[in-house]
Amino acid sequence: MIGIEHYVVVSSILFVLGVLGIFLNRKNIIVILMAIELILLAVNINLVAFSAFLGDLTGQIFAMFVLTVAAGEAAIGLAILVIYFRSRGTIAVDDVNRMKG
Amino acid sequence: MSSILIIVFLPLLAALVAGLGNRALGNVVTKSLTTGALIVSCLLSWPIFLRYLGGDVAAQVVPVLKWVESGAMTFDWSLRVDTLTAVMLVVITTVSALVHLYSWGYMAEDPDQPRFFAYLSLFTFAMLMLVTADNLVQMFFGWEGVGLASYLLIGFWFRKPSANAAAIKAFVVNRVGDLGFMLGIFGTFLVFGTVSIPEILAAAPGMQGSAITFLGMRLDTMTILCLLLFVGAMGKSAQLGLHTWLPDAMEGPTPVSALIHAATMVTAGVFMVCRLSPMFEAAPAALTFVTFIGAATCFFAATVGTTQWDIKRVIAYSTCSQLGYMFFAAGVGAYGAAMFHLFTHAFFKALLFLGAGSVIHAMHHEQDMRYYGALRKQIPITFWAMMAGTLAITGVGLLGVFGFAGFYSKDAILEAAFASGSEMGRTAFWLGAFAALLTSFYSWRLMFLTFWGKPRWAQSEHIQHAVHDAHGHHDAHVASDDPHANPHGHAVAHADNPPAQEHAGRDVAHHVPAADEDDGTAGYHPHESPWVMLIPLIVLSLGAVFAGFLFHHAFIEEEAFWNGSIAFNEHLIHAMHEVPLWVKLTASIVMLIGLAIAWLAYIRNTAIPAATAAQLGPVYRFLFNKWYFDELYSFLFVRPAFWLGRQLWQRGDVGLIDRFGPNGAAWVVAKGSVFARKVQSGYLTSYALIMLLGLVAAVSWVLV
Repeated sequence: MIGIEHYVVVSSILFVLGVLGIFLNRKNIIVILMAIELILLAVNINLVAFSAFLGDLTGQIFAMFVLTVAAGEAAIGLAILVIYFRSRGTIAVDDVNRMKG
Repeated sequence: MSSILIIVFLPLLAALVAGLGNRALGNVVTKSLTTGALIVSCLLSWPIFLRYLGGDVAAQVVPVLKWVESGAMTFDWSLRVDTLTAVMLVVITTVSALVHLYSWGYMAEDPDQPRFFAYLSLFTFAMLMLVTADNLVQMFFGWEGVGLASYLLIGFWFRKPSANAAAIKAFVVNRVGDLGFMLGIFGTFLVFGTVSIPEILAAAPGMQGSAITFLGMRLDTMTILCLLLFVGAMGKSAQLGLHTWLPDAMEGPTPVSALIHAATMVTAGVFMVCRLSPMFEAAPAALTFVTFIGAATCFFAATVGTTQWDIKRVIAYSTCSQLGYMFFAAGVGAYGAAMFHLFTHAFFKALLFLGAGSVIHAMHHEQDMRYYGALRKQIPITFWAMMAGTLAITGVGLLGVFGFAGFYSKDAILEAAFASGSEMGRTAFWLGAFAALLTSFYSWRLMFLTFWGKPRWAQSEHIQHAVHDAHGHHDAHVASDDPHANPHGHAVAHADNPPAQEHAGRDVAHHVPAADEDDGTAGYHPHESPWVMLIPLIVLSLGAVFAGFLFHHAFIEEEAFWNGSIAFNEHLIHAMHEVPLWVKLTASIVMLIGLAIAWLAYIRNTAIPAATAAQLGPVYRFLFNKWYFDELYSFLFVRPAFWLGRQLWQRGDVGLIDRFGPNGAAWVVAKGSVFARKVQSGYLTSYALIMLLGLVAAVSWVLV
């Protein structure tokens, strides 16, 4: 029987993978965007799982919103990335340190 | 008697005007002003003294202003004039006026004359404040004032490191004595509830035998008070233990040595003991200590004086020794004799110093007697003045007929010491008699080395310098009176092997190659000093010759003359008349012995001193090095003090306060900045990580 714990474990694994994807990634900003998607998905699994488990639709509706926002975020992020690549000629994470004061 | 106000404050006024006006007023104005002020003071002082000499004049107190009103402690600033003060007044103002006049000649080439004369007048004011003091605090004011003036004048040639060192030494050693004096004043106020001298003296006999707690011990009140006060006197009067500053003080200009370190300031201790004599009379144990220190100093300084080469140092040790005489006279209760010796000593010792200054002036700032000789015919007036001083200090005289100044005062002191009957008095008598022999020896040694024999000038660097200058530029005066030249360099260098040096000094004449230098003069002709320097010498000579004869009766035997200003011991005076004839003759006999030895060693057979010094090697070195007092103090106090200072500096200041204080704060900021710089990497990922960690921390904080 698949219980709520399994959902929570899977979403936790996805969340941690997403976080590590952001921090351990030294290569590519696209990977960061994908990691963010992973985090959001982990959150969505949580929301849907608890929604079904508790019999409350609010969570599922919330998940739909999150998917929408994630799609927008991916679009904007990729757009920024394209512009950034045009101006700097690279999208390696190590080269993106222009925020240093 | 408002003339006392003029006497005291005229020098202050002159000092202020000359000191503040300085270069703006110029040499002549400042010199005339200060000298004029002192001459006026002097002329006003003598009538006061003569009035007291005439007979029963009561003590007078002239109030100046209210000084302190604080609870139980109230005292005024007022000038007290009695016989004791009158004696000091004439001594101070006369010697000071003459020294001012003398300095016109001696300091003629100095660029800082206004400053010098301002200091001299300031000193005179402080000294007058001291002797006119009506309460102990006022006396302390004068006491510190003369100390300050002494410091300034010893270090007058401040470009000379040795002069600065000597000035600091004098100040620091005096501080030790002053601590005792201050504790004495505090204790006196504690015991008597007043600092007014007449009230203290009136109450002193009643306190005899009472006890007080000091440093956790029960001690006799009067003994401890008198001992503390006497420590102050020891410092100021350069008594054994605190004497080390006086010989070094000779770094100052010679007129300063004459005024401060011979005639006036160093006698302040004797004056203080005499002024407080009723107090000391109530403390027999303290008096015994005074006698002991006086006799020991008298003996010690005389032994050292026999071995020194520097003409001023010989006279400085002689001063130290004579002060010892005054103290043991006071110690056995003969305050009149002590004051009388102070009085005569002021004349003949100032004379000797000024005479030495005149010789130094003539010899182009050469102070080493090994390079003198045969000056008798070259500078005859200086010679005769020095002769008068020497006759006075050695105490030449014929019992009941006539004697030079020292004859009466020194005899009186020795008789008093013998007549006092105490064991310490007898010891003091023998030490004093032996010191009188040494006094005669070193005084005549000085005279013989300086004025007799063959010229030994050729090897003196100063003389060579002068001759060279005269030949080179036809202007002997360019360097001849440059007081910034270091007169001690070679004297120190020669001190290492004195017996051999004595030979060297003596044989100078045979080693000089040039033909016209065969006579040992190196072609140099000493010049007699100008009249402004000779007149003070002549006046002081009169004092040295006649002061003893004229005044000895009044000072020593007349209670009416002192009129209660010092404790007068009638019994002792009678006992002094009763002493056996051989005691009366002792001083004269030892004087003749000393003269004979000096004549033998320095005129008859000049090989004797070197041979004796070689034979008595360790003893000679012991004496030549001043009983190793400086080395002992350096080991006991100076080096530990430096060590402690270094520890506090390196460990305390640098190691502790700086390290954890300012430097520590700076270190924290620097390290913090390095860390903050690392955090500010610019990498998005690290910012995100920090954000995440911060979020986790914040959430944990809220949840837990």
